[in-house]
Amino acid sequence: MDFNFTEEQEMVRDGLSRLVREQYGAETRREVIASETGWRPEIWAQLAELGILGMPFSEEDGGFGGGAIDSMIVMEEFGKGLVVEPFVPTVVCAGGFFKHAGTAAQKEEHIGAIVSGERIYAFAYAEPRGRYDLADLQTTAKKDSDGYVLNGHKAVVIAAPWASHLIVTARTSGERRDKDGISVFVLDKSTDGVVTRDYETVDGRRASEVYFENASVPADALIGEEGGALPLIERITDEAIAAQCAEACGAMKVANAMTLEYSKQRKQFGVPIGKFQVLQHRMADMFTEYEQSVSMSYLATLKLDAPEKDRKRTVSAAKVRVGQAAHHIGQGTIQIHGGNGMTDEYAIGHYFKRLTIFDSEFGNIDHHMKRHIALAS
Amino acid sequence: MNLEFTAEEIAFREEVRSFIAENYPKHLGDTGLREDLAPEDFVAWHKVLGEKGWSVPAWPVEYGGTGWTPTQRYIWSEENARVNALMPLPFGVSMVGPVIYTFGNEEQKARHLPGIRSGDVWWCQGYSEPGAGSDLASLKTTAVRDGDHYVINGQKTWTTLAQYADWGFFLCRTDPDAAKPQEGISFILIDMKTPGVEVKPIKLIDGGYEVNETWLTDVRVPVENLVGVENKGWTYAKFLLAHERSGIAGVARSKRGVEKLREIAANETIDGEPLISDFDFARKVSQLEIDLAALEITELRTLAGEQAGKGPGPESSILKIKGTEIQQRLTELTLEAVGSYGTPMYGSIADAGSNEYPIGPDYAQHSAATYFNMRKTSIYGGSNEIQRNIITKMILGL
Repeated sequence: MDFNFTEEQEMVRDGLSRLVREQYGAETRREVIASETGWRPEIWAQLAELGILGMPFSEEDGGFGGGAIDSMIVMEEFGKGLVVEPFVPTVVCAGGFFKHAGTAAQKEEHIGAIVSGERIYAFAYAEPRGRYDLADLQTTAKKDSDGYVLNGHKAVVIAAPWASHLIVTARTSGERRDKDGISVFVLDKSTDGVVTRDYETVDGRRASEVYFENASVPADALIGEEGGALPLIERITDEAIAAQCAEACGAMKVANAMTLEYSKQRKQFGVPIGKFQVLQHRMADMFTEYEQSVSMSYLATLKLDAPEKDRKRTVSAAKVRVGQAAHHIGQGTIQIHGGNGMTDEYAIGHYFKRLTIFDSEFGNIDHHMKRHIALAS
Repeated sequence: MNLEFTAEEIAFREEVRSFIAENYPKHLGDTGLREDLAPEDFVAWHKVLGEKGWSVPAWPVEYGGTGWTPTQRYIWSEENARVNALMPLPFGVSMVGPVIYTFGNEEQKARHLPGIRSGDVWWCQGYSEPGAGSDLASLKTTAVRDGDHYVINGQKTWTTLAQYADWGFFLCRTDPDAAKPQEGISFILIDMKTPGVEVKPIKLIDGGYEVNETWLTDVRVPVENLVGVENKGWTYAKFLLAHERSGIAGVARSKRGVEKLREIAANETIDGEPLISDFDFARKVSQLEIDLAALEITELRTLAGEQAGKGPGPESSILKIKGTEIQQRLTELTLEAVGSYGTPMYGSIADAGSNEYPIGPDYAQHSAATYFNMRKTSIYGGSNEIQRNIITKMILGL
């Protein structure tokens, strides 16, 4: 048992921490998310250059031989600065599909394009009426002589406006909510029949509703086994959850620090409000919530390669615990900032918004509580 | 970073497991409430471990510690919890022992450490007073120098199991004129057989007599029983409390408690189905288990930090708060799980050793008393509110 990071991992953390601090200040971020594109391709290029985008891939696949712990470090640092660039959709999700289930040709093409920073991928898995059930799919992929024809509607596809490629889950057979009959495809977003409505998200990112209207993809667009992709999709979403738990930890750390600092500066009744025990204990609890979250983020990350049941149960435990902490801390930071916390000008509100949306990504507290209960020994 | 045990650690686990299986006193069984136990029961396992050299694993090796890594200590507590072992009481092993080897002189180490290791000497803690609870530094018990003795007068309270104690460690005021109340306190060891020491039991809400009032009237204690420097006792007292807190989380025991709770809830029924299949109940159990998982990793991170030379520092306050909250919720849920059979008072028709059938299932017998008893955990060792004050001051810097 070991809770230390390697020297290399510490170096990566230091480098990213500097990048976020120096190039991702609150003011810069505010301008970027309000700009037309809403992100910074030049940051992505820097991440490619620093080798960050290639970290979780094996050397054989063209990466740098790291894994989930490296993704955890990256996302924790990104969380501190509320970085919007799509590491989870592109590297963790799309990258994960190719890493675990790609053919040699798919790995070469797609992992190569991810590591070099050349392409952005978005992961279109959710549907309007699916409510976190990865198998509740109405999008269909019908086999024809050349490949497959996709029809359906994917909801809130994060980073899709920036993406050149989409990873799509669709039903190749069976009924809505059947566990069998689900397949995964990769396709160029410019494919005929792919229609998107792009929009801003409340937490400063961009997303799309994606419609497939008889969009034809070739046979080699299929990733993994036709009809048997659900376990793979569950694995990838578990990996994404672990990475986003780390992101939430980074955001909570900074939100707590900002709140503490504010409580030392802000005076009422002639004293800094941090002198009031009722606020001190609230902040002590917020600190404790953060520490428990860090523990769960580590635990989820370290269990990603465990047997399926153990992995799912642990990841659900982490998503519940970190989700609860995200609400607790998010709400606490706004309350302690008082009216100022309600303003767009103060950075704290942006942390609150990201921490709020974190809960609903890849299944909220209730969803994962149910999965935890269902998997009870 | 990884969670795996090495081959050596797996071998260690096997060694420990078979040692416990072969040597844990059979008559202790799956230990229930403390008041069922005779004084010799409390020290039975301690004495076996003393012989083996395993009674004080966390101590430095030169004083009899085992030199185990944090992972080995984790394995040790897990394996003991598997059989619900009655571990050595903390007063000697985790409290006064570390104070003596850290701040005591050579003579004190030679005199007191062997008895703590072996379990032959029973220690109790004289900290709280009727007027000094959370505000411990306001304590009034005085120690006045008279030649080569201190003359001690005052009243201590909540002295756990003092009725069996051979020795006690006491906080006494030696300088009533000190600028701050914390500055005039000394840490003094008292032989409980000294004339003027009187122990009176306090009956608690669970029906048991776990704690006492300890009255000290003109108790003459040789000055060589002062630990460290006169008037510096507060420093040692805080050091002791930080040590106490890191063991206070009780993770391994709570994990065993959750298993037992699941067994009970599988046996109890609601609408003809096992209680554990009721969503509302299952949700509470899962929440408890999730919080316990977070606490476990937090404790392991703290242990790893200790191995790297960092303290038990103020982070141990987190372990105390979360650990005791979980212990309390666990006993509350257990009482909830047994339903109506939490109500009969244990022992009201059947004394220990009698042939009367108890009322209700076995697992329900102590559920209410245990729940009542565990309310103490968020009060003792520095109440959970005091722990929040410590986090505020030491970590948040407010």
